[in-house]
Amino acid sequence: MTTVAEIMRDVPFFRGMPADALELVAGCGSNVHFDAGRLLFREGEAADTFYLVRHGSVAIEAYVPTRGSLVIETVDAGEVVGWSWLFPPYRWHFDAHALTDVRATAFDGACLRGKCDADAALGYELTSRFARTLIERLQWTQLRLLDVYGNAGGG
Amino acid sequence: MPAAAEAAVATAPMVPRPFRVRRRRRETADTWTLTLEPLAGEPVAPAPGQFMMLYSFGVGEIAISVAGADDGLLTHTVRSVGAVSAAICAAKPGAVIGVRGPFGNSWPLADAAGADVVVVAGGVGLAPLRTSVQSLERARSDYGEVTLLYGGRTPLDLLYRHELDQLQRRGRLGVAVTVDAAASGWSGSVGVVPQLIGGARFDPASAIALVCGPEIMMRFTALALIERGLAPERIHLSMERNMHCGLGHCGHCQLGPTLICRDGPIYSYEQLVSLMEVREL
Repeated sequence: MTTVAEIMRDVPFFRGMPADALELVAGCGSNVHFDAGRLLFREGEAADTFYLVRHGSVAIEAYVPTRGSLVIETVDAGEVVGWSWLFPPYRWHFDAHALTDVRATAFDGACLRGKCDADAALGYELTSRFARTLIERLQWTQLRLLDVYGNAGGG
Repeated sequence: MPAAAEAAVATAPMVPRPFRVRRRRRETADTWTLTLEPLAGEPVAPAPGQFMMLYSFGVGEIAISVAGADDGLLTHTVRSVGAVSAAICAAKPGAVIGVRGPFGNSWPLADAAGADVVVVAGGVGLAPLRTSVQSLERARSDYGEVTLLYGGRTPLDLLYRHELDQLQRRGRLGVAVTVDAAASGWSGSVGVVPQLIGGARFDPASAIALVCGPEIMMRFTALALIERGLAPERIHLSMERNMHCGLGHCGHCQLGPTLICRDGPIYSYEQLVSLMEVREL
């Protein structure tokens, strides 16, 4: 059976992480499964987990009155879902639900925060990786805001 | 048409040949696909990636890439964004449109033989890649992994939805589609098309990429491909800049030292990396 640490080593998010740090993070992880349509988390609830998606797709959504749940973006295999566990007030800002059957590794936020508080190097490793993910998602969001497929005029 | 007139048309690249609209299909709210047949003379045989100049008589002429060329018929997908394109989109079966071309170079499919191919399209940028995707699927065994990544504004703005569904169903190419924004009911990917590159299957050491879409989308796509390890000379982009004559005479499509209608429209990212920062001509 593949261990959580072995799963992590093959994922870009964790690539290059020192082995001891990887083992510490892996110690907070466990494998989970969501059937298509199931919620991973809901806006406003306590954010105590982040997920590494190993298979399937997850939709990050916002509920808009009169319009229903709108998909903000989708996250596919190899990517992580959830960073609200890392920053106070540790509440989810959006919903996340499984678009397909999803296999993921769930990492316990409280467990990770405790280890990061005790080990600054681990905290830096993990925070810098989340910062990179945040920047990438921000850049893609900025590109979407440009509405590049909108009517640019022409002949 | 008298034989002398036919010969004159064939040898005069500035003279539009009359083509009749045989079919017209709505793709999206503002985009139509027209199938054109020549009224007389030899059929046109453009290579994948080339463009034609389409003339709506009395309105004007615009460059439109070739989306299909089978059995002597030309297929063009046109988005209505101005007076000329609106007139062409409005041309019903039986209407006559002037056609010049083909012009420009073509996608380097021959260079891709045996290698992986990543096709990345955004919006109506799928149209100039349509014939290449068809060729890649037909000659599937000549290539390694072949992947089409396509992004649009919303699900309703995606071109060739039926063909995309069929392509996915046949499963001979990897196909991933994403949209910038979706209402509930869309079960596909939401995000920009460069985000799909991380999950695409290709060997960056030998793959080639064919990219077409809005320039900024192509720039971010090229950067994402380079981050995956693809060399800039293996990334090919189709450019569009105000083509008028199609022959490199008028200079309207100049981009730095190059005239896109004559030297392009397809360039490697290595050739374009500095030129894409030219803001206005």
